[in-house]
Amino acid sequence: MEYAYYPGCSLHSTGREFDDSTKAVFSKLGVKLVEPKSWICCGSTPAHGLSNLLGLSLPYHNLLEIEKTNLKEVIVPCASCFARFKSAQYETENNKEVLKKIVDAVGGELNSAIKVSHPLEILSNMDFIKNLSRMVTRDLSNLKVACYYGCLLTRPPKVMQFDECEYPMSMDNVLRAVKVKTLDWSYKTDCCGGALALSKAEIVRKLTNEILQNAKEVGANAISVACPLCHANLDIRQEEIEKEYNVKYDIPVFYFTQILALAMGFSARELGIEKHFVTASKLLGNGKSGVSNE
Amino acid sequence: MDDKPIILQNYEFGAKINSISGENVNLCYQCKKCASGCPVSYLMDYHPNQIIHATRLGLQELVLNSKTIWLCSSCETCTTRCPQEIDIRKVLDAIRSVAVSEKIKSKAFGIEAFYKTALNNIRLFGRIYELGLIGELKLRTLEFMKDFGLGIKMIKKGKLKFLPTFKGFFAVKRIFKRVKKDL
Repeated sequence: MEYAYYPGCSLHSTGREFDDSTKAVFSKLGVKLVEPKSWICCGSTPAHGLSNLLGLSLPYHNLLEIEKTNLKEVIVPCASCFARFKSAQYETENNKEVLKKIVDAVGGELNSAIKVSHPLEILSNMDFIKNLSRMVTRDLSNLKVACYYGCLLTRPPKVMQFDECEYPMSMDNVLRAVKVKTLDWSYKTDCCGGALALSKAEIVRKLTNEILQNAKEVGANAISVACPLCHANLDIRQEEIEKEYNVKYDIPVFYFTQILALAMGFSARELGIEKHFVTASKLLGNGKSGVSNE
Repeated sequence: MDDKPIILQNYEFGAKINSISGENVNLCYQCKKCASGCPVSYLMDYHPNQIIHATRLGLQELVLNSKTIWLCSSCETCTTRCPQEIDIRKVLDAIRSVAVSEKIKSKAFGIEAFYKTALNNIRLFGRIYELGLIGELKLRTLEFMKDFGLGIKMIKKGKLKFLPTFKGFFAVKRIFKRVKKDL
């Protein structure tokens, strides 16, 4: 089984662990991922934020690159990239004028339909769920995970067409397939502040604090995410949030693919868990999981 | 909020924003679901519903000078919940692009600096080069010590690449050039 794969800028740097763990999971499942050599940035928030046309042209160009691989489906792990690809498809399918402007800007037009999928969508398929369950070699029963979906995976529903926008369960179900306990909580899709991270960190700290607080209130000892910016906000800024709001969280933040890969037997080191700011060594070293963080 | 009355009205402003965004702000009946769900509205000078209404009324100066259009985190909550299916995020994007093209001095300088720095970075490198982005942002904002400790820790943990790649450089340059009139 083969899919095209679009990592996006973050997965090649600050979100490297997401890239490594996603590839680990899919390789174990016997899926080949083909990354087009010359993909470009999808534009993320800054592009659509200043120019609708630029914000759609950049992902559309990437779809043209993917078409050259002759593969009909592309997996896009970063939630922001995923949202931009879906937006480009939605707008070009529903508005011929916009399509024309984009085709002029990128200098080419798609001739075939390409399905854009998030790894959660692929893994939610019954066959993959069954395979995941069969491949569990590590006991992670001490984990109590609050699955944080963030804003862009499911919103707006008519564009993203993935899971349920007010209370999604796909990440929960995929983690439950590897016998990890996930919790019910109220902040699954509340904004962490996203791209304001570099310009207005105080907003990010406030919004992220509320997410961490609710996760703690329901008894979570870990948070699982599917977006490198959410990960950065929840993990990298957790200590300064603790200082500002005079609280203690100590809640390690994982990409859901890291949890899956851990369950499938990969080591913490292979999955870049030592790169996290909030250490997971206590959580993973205790109990029956016996995973060393070093 | 300003206490001097906003008098200047441009009746074509609403139509201009409708045209750029592809949305119709005239559908709004002020239910305020957008403002209620907006995670950043607590800091805004005008709530999202007020910006929509002001756009309809042609209060161009108010709208283009608002903090609102810059504080928006693009979380898509308003867009998802609007009963009239107005894509409010796109409307704000359109207003922001007009503000930039008319060189309006943003009330949220740091946020505008980030957007422009990020686009510059994408145009220069084809893919985001984070160290370069942070460097240029600091030069624009002169906030050299901001997040300094975090930055060092990130470099130590190998989270930041030292060198950019230039893959897709020509493709990106071409796209930016052709879109230029839109920016």
